[in-house]
Amino acid sequence: MQTFLDQVWIARWPLWDGFLLTIEIAISAIVLGTVVGCICGIQLLFGPAISRLLFRLYVDVMRGTPVLVLILAAFYIPSVVGISLNATQAGILALSLFAGAHIGELLRGALQAIPPGQAEAARSIGLTFPQTLTYVLLPQALRSALPPWINTGVELIKGSSLLSIIGVGELLLKTQEVIGRTFMTIEFYIFAGLLYLAANISLDQLGKMIERRVQGR
Amino acid sequence: MENVQPLLEIRGLHKHFGSVEVLKGVDLTLRRGEVVSIIGSSGSGKTTLLRCVNLLEEFQDGDIVLDGETIGYSIVNGRRHRLRDRELSRQRSMTGMVFQSFNLFPHLTAAGNVMLGLRKVRRFGKEEARSIAERWLSRVGLASRSDHYPSQLSGGQQQRVAIARALAMDPKLVLLDEVTSALDPELVQEVLNTVKGIADDGATLLIVTHEMRFARDVSHRVVFMDQGQVVEDAPPAEIFGNSRSQRLAEFLRNTRT
Repeated sequence: MQTFLDQVWIARWPLWDGFLLTIEIAISAIVLGTVVGCICGIQLLFGPAISRLLFRLYVDVMRGTPVLVLILAAFYIPSVVGISLNATQAGILALSLFAGAHIGELLRGALQAIPPGQAEAARSIGLTFPQTLTYVLLPQALRSALPPWINTGVELIKGSSLLSIIGVGELLLKTQEVIGRTFMTIEFYIFAGLLYLAANISLDQLGKMIERRVQGR
Repeated sequence: MENVQPLLEIRGLHKHFGSVEVLKGVDLTLRRGEVVSIIGSSGSGKTTLLRCVNLLEEFQDGDIVLDGETIGYSIVNGRRHRLRDRELSRQRSMTGMVFQSFNLFPHLTAAGNVMLGLRKVRRFGKEEARSIAERWLSRVGLASRSDHYPSQLSGGQQQRVAIARALAMDPKLVLLDEVTSALDPELVQEVLNTVKGIADDGATLLIVTHEMRFARDVSHRVVFMDQGQVVEDAPPAEIFGNSRSQRLAEFLRNTRT
């Protein structure tokens, strides 16, 4: 045990960097994914036919493809068409597109679950459609979409570990490097697992806190 | 009096949902300050008529003229075109609608519900919108509830907030669609009293209701609709006195149990 703790201390900076990168990747993906998801969810429900079709296709492809395959695709395909992304950028791209599809679909569901009387009441006082969306529909949809949105965030923290495959120095890859040097396989995998768990529990608690805030009415 | 323009003029209104004809040529005129109740059995097209006036439904033929302006459609080269969202929104804001199921915005307080249209449609500043909202909430007897959320209010209180929300926009015409039908019996009276109050203030009201006594007490005219048509249009004393048409007599017999 003492030797393990010594090794942790020696490897503290690489592990810390890996952990930070994991968090950065997850946050970038959830932010970008939420932007894409909002556009996607609104278009799926209210867009013109062609746009509905394209976003439906996007959602189905993203949801039907393993995340690992998405990551490899985002790593290799852009260079073929002359866009150069480093491994981290490619990974964030893949996770954002994945998250965008999930968030788009859950936002569509949340918007659809709002009783039609809400939009009617908003229109009847003279709000335009964009105003109805902004002030009446989205605030309600975002509230009910919060718990599954947090789940998507948890998926992204876990999914970021897959980026080790394309050489992104996030927590899992750094852990594997430390294991390669110390041969303390089980100890360091458990250690990494606990760090992921801590990140996910914190995110979950944050979600519950926001939920209490907005629903304590 | 003869050259006073009517506030609302509905001419030959036709509306169908697919192959089902809901309105079969409805004519109806309201003068400013008039209170008109529409009665009739369910499926007679009363609610659909109100929703057409509020432009929540499209209609296939006929005109609705509100304060001299033909609403909902324009005629270009002999063809009817539905107006654009922005234009429809402006016209909708000239009428206020109160719904059977209240439809308050659950994420906003009572005052927030009333203020939304004042801020975003009427473009009032926050302070001014707030004071107008407070004034209307106290007009419907809810001054002390302005910071409550809809879930914290009773059905009757919610419906009064909805009335304040519609009235605060200063509409030319207020449409009330079975505003007491979703309420517990003991809460009906407080809402009817509120409506009576705004009628006495001189608002122009078009009311769809199943409350016959209320229709008789508050209305200048009562319209009986049956199967998508106006069958009777007369002062309440005549409607509830010796009914002329057999269909009306039958309807009234069935409602007075």
